[in-house]
Amino acid sequence: MSKRKPYKREVPTDWWLKHAFYTKYMIREGSSIFITLYSLILAWGVFRLSQGEAAFNAWMTALENPFAIILHLIALALACYHTVTWFSLAPKAIALWVKGKRLEDKVIIAGHYAALVVITLFCLIIVTL
Amino acid sequence: MTESTISIDILRYRPENDEKPFTQTFEVPYSPDFSVLEALQYIKDHLDSTISFRWSCRMAICGSCGMMVNGVPKLGCKAFLRDYYPNKVSLEPLANFPIERDLVVVMDDFVNKLESIKPYIIPEKEKSLDEGTYQQTPLQMELYKQFSMCINCGLCYAACPQYALDDKFTGPAVLALIARYNRDSRDHGVAERMKIVNQEEGVWGCTFVGYCSVVCPKDVDPAAAIQLLKVESSKDYLIGMFKPD
Repeated sequence: MSKRKPYKREVPTDWWLKHAFYTKYMIREGSSIFITLYSLILAWGVFRLSQGEAAFNAWMTALENPFAIILHLIALALACYHTVTWFSLAPKAIALWVKGKRLEDKVIIAGHYAALVVITLFCLIIVTL
Repeated sequence: MTESTISIDILRYRPENDEKPFTQTFEVPYSPDFSVLEALQYIKDHLDSTISFRWSCRMAICGSCGMMVNGVPKLGCKAFLRDYYPNKVSLEPLANFPIERDLVVVMDDFVNKLESIKPYIIPEKEKSLDEGTYQQTPLQMELYKQFSMCINCGLCYAACPQYALDDKFTGPAVLALIARYNRDSRDHGVAERMKIVNQEEGVWGCTFVGYCSVVCPKDVDPAAAIQLLKVESSKDYLIGMFKPD
């Protein structure tokens, strides 16, 4: 008779705290919560704008609340973290072959940062004009 | 001269005796050129002959001796005591697979998945032997070569939290093997394999943790293979919207 009895180990709920690599991954993915909150607040601002000047100014005043400032600082920090980690992973999803050689990772990463700078400047110009 | 030693913790499980695994500590003579696999062989030869572990080639090509070394999936033959000494080394069977006995795991799920993706060249039309070989240029080979270096050791599965949470996920090595054949100019089985790729359990079960590529002992970079397949899967979906089947 077989004595086989394979043992299945449970995955602990804090598996992502056991290894720094997994923790960093969870922070990258968890950044979406704060970025969602940021987007909702921004969308709410657009909605308030449609209700007139008084409503929009009330929304602007609400943003001066220390809680709102802290929330936005956290969202900014996480957005930066997500950008850096995501850009560093980007070459894995892009296989560009030029003259029989695969485009180097650092070229693809640099391209992403260049695009970020160009788009940011473009947005700044639109907002300030 | 007293010989220096190193402590090795091994997670043991003997199905005929044990309800659950337990840790046993061994003292092994330390030498900087000793691999973890050699330490295990020392234990089996001199300290406890009942200990079970898989191994064969001792040179990182057979893919048998995968295990968790201080919580990180590694090949026993490619991990050296000098990188841990004088601290102790903890050895556990590969994570995310059921334990068969001691450091031996049940890999049936992985092997079944490997077989299921038609891991062989499916030519457009069969030729007879006297018509010669299927040829390709060095550049055509370069497109898939990296993904063909997999030795099926299973380290990437032990590193994958998605596979840990749901073993229906096809997983890194098998998806990399799909990429290997789909990118091969001699192969015409793409349509058949894309059915597996496009599923939730296919590439879309991957959330790009990326640890599979870090632990891979052959630099296959399964995370890259999966992301490239996601691009293909998206194209497949878009084309399918305009041109069914």
